[in-house]
Amino acid sequence: MERSQPRRQVAAMKQSLFDQGLLDEQFIQLEELSDDANPNFVEEIVTLYYRDSSRLISSIEQALKERHTLDFNKLDTLMHQFKGSSSSIGAKKVKAECTLFREYCRTGNAEGCMKTFQQLKKEYASLRKKLEAYFQLARQAGPMETACRPK
Amino acid sequence: MTSRNLSTQLRALVVDDNMINRKIHQKMLNGLGVECMGVANGKEAVDVHCYGQSFDLILMDKDMPIMNGIEATKKLRSVGICSMIVGVSSRSMEVEIREFMEAGLNDYHEKPLTTAKLASIIHHIINTKVFYSYNDHFIFGKFLNDPFI
Repeated sequence: MERSQPRRQVAAMKQSLFDQGLLDEQFIQLEELSDDANPNFVEEIVTLYYRDSSRLISSIEQALKERHTLDFNKLDTLMHQFKGSSSSIGAKKVKAECTLFREYCRTGNAEGCMKTFQQLKKEYASLRKKLEAYFQLARQAGPMETACRPK
Repeated sequence: MTSRNLSTQLRALVVDDNMINRKIHQKMLNGLGVECMGVANGKEAVDVHCYGQSFDLILMDKDMPIMNGIEATKKLRSVGICSMIVGVSSRSMEVEIREFMEAGLNDYHEKPLTTAKLASIIHHIINTKVFYSYNDHFIFGKFLNDPFI
């Protein structure tokens, strides 16, 4: 009975992440891949995502510094890669900002790119904090028998 | 969360420059009982075949450095590789998908892949193998039983 309380908290926290539109179904797909060999598979993937994507974020930041001569093709290529990774972990809001950024690249809208990138970084950082808290709680609660789907 | 002891005896090659996608797709395939290998671009996919490896399924990403999915698919087909090649991409413009299919794909799916999508692909490969195996056995059996041979 006592053990179910932390699990309810984990489920509630996950539900909240979905209700806020931060995560999508792909996150559940990753949770369902956890097994005895990789009980924390989704946490490993998310950690890898944040490590790998920080390099892309820096490259985009550097490219945006050339304010008057933005290379929109280069920016679009970098963002395509970043969007792909974000999509793979179910980072719904981050992915939406990536899509918007790419639209601005296509139309050559430098200001749009810069504003969207600032928003993207906020969403990216905010999701990281929330997922860290979620994984910490999930580890304390212990393994769940099946990944439960939010309502 | 359970141990997965399935083995389909199928082998798959995951071709994707994105390490996260490679890990996820390999994990999904392992969970379906498929032995996997991953490479980071089309040239590496062609090279592993040149070194004598063969696969039942190749998951081919479209946009990769050095050699992209379209070039790699064309190259593999030109040297006689008949494995099932499933293209995957996050780009979904019809003209781009058509170009990719025309390179020699058997199928195309938009990323991200799900376990369900992969399961249906694996199911199809297994059924195809069983069909040919059954037909070979049937034809051979008939040959043995034919009194005029």
